[in-house]
Amino acid sequence: MSIELTIAIIITLVGASTPILFAALGELVVEKSGVLNLGVEGMMLTGAVVGFAVTFETGSPWLGVVAAAFAGAAASMIFAVVTLTLSANQVATGLALTIFGTGFSALFGKAYTGKPLALFRSVFPPELATHPYLKVIFGYSPLVYFSFIMVVAVWWLLRRTRPGLILRAVGENDLSAHSIGYPVIAVRYAAVAFGGAMAGIGGACFPLVLTPQWVEGLTAGRGWIALALVVFAAWRPYRLLAGAYLFGLVGTMELYAKAAGGPFRILPSELWASMPYLATILVLVLISIRRNSNTSAPACLGKPFVPTS
Amino acid sequence: MLIKLEKRPTPSRRMLYITPVLAVIVTMALGAIIFSLIGFDGLRAVREIFLTPLLNPLKWQDLAVKASPLIIIAVGLSIGYRGNVWNIGAEGQYVLGGLAATGVALWTHQMSGPWILPLMGLAGILGGMAWAVIPAFLRTRYKVNEILTTLMLTYVSVYLLNFLVFGPWKSPTSFGQPQTVRFSADQSLPDIIPGTIVHGGTLVAVVVAVLAWFVMSRTIFGYQVKTVGTAPAAARYGGFSGNRTIWLVLMTSAGLAGLAGMLEVSGPYGRMVPQFPVNYGFTAIIVAFLGRLHPIGIVFAGLVLSIVVVGGEVAQTTIGLPFPAVGIFQSMMLFFLLASDVLVRYRVRRVNTSPPAAPAPARTEAAPDAGAAS
Repeated sequence: MSIELTIAIIITLVGASTPILFAALGELVVEKSGVLNLGVEGMMLTGAVVGFAVTFETGSPWLGVVAAAFAGAAASMIFAVVTLTLSANQVATGLALTIFGTGFSALFGKAYTGKPLALFRSVFPPELATHPYLKVIFGYSPLVYFSFIMVVAVWWLLRRTRPGLILRAVGENDLSAHSIGYPVIAVRYAAVAFGGAMAGIGGACFPLVLTPQWVEGLTAGRGWIALALVVFAAWRPYRLLAGAYLFGLVGTMELYAKAAGGPFRILPSELWASMPYLATILVLVLISIRRNSNTSAPACLGKPFVPTS
Repeated sequence: MLIKLEKRPTPSRRMLYITPVLAVIVTMALGAIIFSLIGFDGLRAVREIFLTPLLNPLKWQDLAVKASPLIIIAVGLSIGYRGNVWNIGAEGQYVLGGLAATGVALWTHQMSGPWILPLMGLAGILGGMAWAVIPAFLRTRYKVNEILTTLMLTYVSVYLLNFLVFGPWKSPTSFGQPQTVRFSADQSLPDIIPGTIVHGGTLVAVVVAVLAWFVMSRTIFGYQVKTVGTAPAAARYGGFSGNRTIWLVLMTSAGLAGLAGMLEVSGPYGRMVPQFPVNYGFTAIIVAFLGRLHPIGIVFAGLVLSIVVVGGEVAQTTIGLPFPAVGIFQSMMLFFLLASDVLVRYRVRRVNTSPPAAPAPARTEAAPDAGAAS
């Protein structure tokens, strides 16, 4: 493979991995606090449509990303009220959130079908951003660099700060955390809001970084893959980074196979398109064989907490 | 003044039956307000979606046709949810059931006889089951979460469908249209009410619901599923195998979803097309919850959700409300239902004095059917 092709492949890979990375990072924090939000796909779609609309109307992708984060967080608050305040079943409520996000994005995206959007491009000077070789470092959307910063930030928050310690305590043992005096429900609200904002940004990556137009259901299950990724990463941010890029690789494999030629060319494109989903199942199996999958999960994951007096 | 939640000693039966109705009413009220705020005629939208299909006799056949697959799939899902097994990939099992039935139809296309339709039905059931074998095996053998595996396979099923109808199964006489040949008379479900589009699937839906009610409330199997779902430790002590229950409920729900797929492809569609997956598998999840995971409740909930789907089509033509609005109404219904569960398990009390010190925390059961009728 030539250098040019390698660089092109890396750039495609980074683009495909970034939305999953954002969504999975958010969900990791949510699950660390003991909450299982299956609505990631719905929040991503909400963020995607709002990010598109605001970028299109204002011309500023920066505003679009901020709006997508707020939209994702707002959607997550529906989930939070129903599961945390009213202690409803988290699995069912998460599903409801995904159905909501799917409907919401389809409803509001309709007006933007066929309208072109400018991509959220690199902010580095063009000599660097479009340089044939250096663009592999400088040629990405600001969102890509932001996703790396967030990996470090989430790790730092969870492992090195007091709020992170409280968040983990709430997720590991909500009863003890409550009796020491930590506000279990408030911490979980904050975690769910963060997860929603990250999923919203992840969703906004689709129109802003990948394909600059509105396509209904454009996330195509990436929110669900992000959920699997959190399990795969054993709730650790750095492994999440590796996992997201692994999935980005699987998702773009068709391109490499086509470029490389050889026997893989004859495989139907439907099979290639199925790869990320099949790989997700495979990965879930592999990690379950290797370790008891319950050892690293937050102990209170998915269980409602109701302080009564 | 504060509002305090007080745990009921036993879940309130009255609230159990009132809250689904309440959820639908709140959805209508809030839906009207929200859709007015975003620039639609909200009241008209709610009227078209929730009332027109009921008041217009011409729409009744549509209701029966749309409710049938919803009821069949939701009955299967509810059995799983009772057993704490979260099959959310019914959409994929429905597609596979339709594909398996189509396979039989293409194979028998030159033949005739009354045996073809039952064979297609069997193929549909087995096709749905086959798609759940992987999640069932992985859950029982390696403890892999069935939520993610069943859902991942749904995406794969859609690609498989596309591969087949764009490729090997494409009709040679379809002028490039991605679709199979039209099924013959022996491969198509007969209409049960002459002059309407109501087909045999509606009859099957009623039979499935009644059978499921009998099985769940009158047989050891039903008792076993409910015990494994609510009290796994007690179930083990009582000699019920958790793994066997998982296999049974996953095969039941997937088989029923597959059957629904067969009924759809041999009924309303008459051939396999790429537009075959229309979210019945996901909508059925809402039906299952709105019906309180009870087969008879699910019949009513299936009707309600089919009203919303048919009404969504009405609103699309009469007031130009985009069809995805239906998804918003559906999810609102589920949100309100889940939120109202709190009324089943807790009493809402107003307290005037300051609350006593040292609140004692308590955890509720994580079981999904904590609020389900038995």
